[in-house]
Amino acid sequence: MRGDLPGLLHRNIQISVAAGTVPEWGLSLLSEVSMAREKHQKKLKKILITGNEAIAEGALSAGCDFYAGYPITPQNELIAYMAKYMPESGRVFIQAESELAAINMVYGASAAGARAMTSSSSPGISLKQEGISYIAGAELPAVIVNIMRGGPGLGNIAPAQSDYFQATRGGGHGDYHTIVLAPAYVQEAYDLARTSFDLADKYRMPVMILGDGFLGQMMEPILVRRRSPATKGHNKEKPWALTGCEGRRPNIIKSFALAEGALEQLNLKLQQKYKVIKNKEARFEGLFLDDAKIVLVAYGTMARIAKSSLTRLRLAGERVGMIRPISLWPFPQKAFCPRSKKIKYLVIEMSYGQMLEDVQLALNGKAQVEFLGRSGGGLPSEEEIINKVKKIL
Amino acid sequence: MAKIIINQDKCKGCLLCVSFCPKGLIKKSGKLNKRGLSYVEFDSRGKCIGCGQCAVICPDCCIEIYK
Amino acid sequence: MEKIFFPPESLYDVPTHYCPGCGHGIAHRLVAEIIDQLGIREKTIGIAPVGCAVIAYDYWKFDCSEAAHGRALAVATAIKRVRPQNIVFTYQGDGDLAAIGTNETIHAANRGENLTVIFINNAVYGMTGGQMAPTTLLGQKTSTTLDGRDRQKHGYPLKISEMLALLPGVHYIERVSLHSPQEVLKAKSAIRQAFENQINNAGFSLVEILSPCPTCWGLSPKESLDWIRDHMQKEFPLGRIK
Repeated sequence: MRGDLPGLLHRNIQISVAAGTVPEWGLSLLSEVSMAREKHQKKLKKILITGNEAIAEGALSAGCDFYAGYPITPQNELIAYMAKYMPESGRVFIQAESELAAINMVYGASAAGARAMTSSSSPGISLKQEGISYIAGAELPAVIVNIMRGGPGLGNIAPAQSDYFQATRGGGHGDYHTIVLAPAYVQEAYDLARTSFDLADKYRMPVMILGDGFLGQMMEPILVRRRSPATKGHNKEKPWALTGCEGRRPNIIKSFALAEGALEQLNLKLQQKYKVIKNKEARFEGLFLDDAKIVLVAYGTMARIAKSSLTRLRLAGERVGMIRPISLWPFPQKAFCPRSKKIKYLVIEMSYGQMLEDVQLALNGKAQVEFLGRSGGGLPSEEEIINKVKKIL
Repeated sequence: MAKIIINQDKCKGCLLCVSFCPKGLIKKSGKLNKRGLSYVEFDSRGKCIGCGQCAVICPDCCIEIYK
Repeated sequence: MEKIFFPPESLYDVPTHYCPGCGHGIAHRLVAEIIDQLGIREKTIGIAPVGCAVIAYDYWKFDCSEAAHGRALAVATAIKRVRPQNIVFTYQGDGDLAAIGTNETIHAANRGENLTVIFINNAVYGMTGGQMAPTTLLGQKTSTTLDGRDRQKHGYPLKISEMLALLPGVHYIERVSLHSPQEVLKAKSAIRQAFENQINNAGFSLVEILSPCPTCWGLSPKESLDWIRDHMQKEFPLGRIK
């Protein structure tokens, strides 16, 4: 996709970062540059792969030791890839009896110190919310992949983005958050899968990769790190993990806090952690923000279509910019700093006004916010976006 | 010759040991421990045979046996 | 004089939160005694359930995890697969293992996971105040079966151990009881067998323990043991099932 963009756009792509120092993720966005260099050193290879498989390959590369999943469309390539490649490097793959069992297996594997992951799609993720809440409460690292399909209920298997609220508001019961990363490209799906494990370990919490059926199913050539079947996880020391209490006091993994005041203390600790994450881990891509009169806001597959519209509008001389949130929680609020009150924002989703609320909260009345969204099988086309932009302008 | 020692702070007075002692050597003390629970006591003058039934049935791991 | 019976090392010397006469205290001690005898305390990982035994990890002196209600065997499966060198067991009640967690129970057993399961059957939901459990006897009054369990309205007591015994992945199942010192000693032997099986990589082993809940049964501790002897074990016969 990026390669198809006109040179004009390519030259003008900016990596906008939240105020302050350039955080680690800024560097990961420049991965194409560093990857090209590494490729010369034969550390990388180019492969053609689906988004689902890229997430699986990223997880293998990040040292995922344990995967449990349950079949559901449109993420089946992911579980199949793990079934093929996890056992060959001595890692654990389990096809669980349900999504509930799969997420609770991830809880167990993580409690025992493993880098653990599960994947599913919308209805299955609803079932996993019980386990995700427990993982958050027990402060366990885990990676959960949601390749979204349409809802509510059984919905259908067409791509959608309608689980935004569920993903970014916690999803299950209790005051907790999950870091949510939303790749738009197959390469980015691979890169963010790797990043997810590091973030999960760093903050001891669940990290969700939120994609949609398009991203999961589409094939793109990407650069991946060379990995021998013998490559196993590069786990850091986890002194809290359950390993048997030889030479130390017993460890306990739990989210239950019965003593008076204990649950409040646990929650305050979680809130403190979330505050740090809000400050340090917000990620986005910004395009043409310095002169834009209207800023498109879209993530994941929707951002790719928005970007195509943006290219055509720019070539036609319209001052259009774009913000692509990469982390949906924490939401990149600092990206929303309009130069004047006249700047307008157009939120585009494959859902009916979910991310819209975060954009409105981030702008807090400082600018006009418009919305364009479709879901349940359809999605806004390039033409629809262009027409909407022209109407707003 | 045997004897038992009852941890009266852990005892909850369920009286299962009283029911199973074949020599009838355990009985209610009529007193409360520091957790406010009525506890049992052992009659050390009786002929304890160290059969262990009291300790085996005790749900609160209160009884040690010496023989 | 020599000390011949004393609290096991694998049990903290603290009072428990259980009601007087509750069977959990005996079952906790038996597990701890066997872990001591087998010398595996430093490599054991226990999974505590949701229910009265949720804070079993405050009593056992080895690594433990809590599991969501019914999910103990999914959690245990993963821990054992990740760390096969450790000894992993679950401790679950009847609501946990035989109602909300039936799926996880059946599939862990069917996969033949090399795990030890301690299944406490007290025929009620204890922690929540004595509602009907899958194992409640016909005619037994609970807070949700005010006139007694009626087979037409509530179905029959679920014999999950017999069901699991049908699965080829299951190595060992025995039903024991805590209704007398003699039965407690038999329960201890069965628990020992279930842990030895895991050490010998024999596969899925489960010990079902008929255990008193005086509070929810509305009986004294001794009457509760007699109720197991006179009623419960008729529905749930003791002995080796597989």
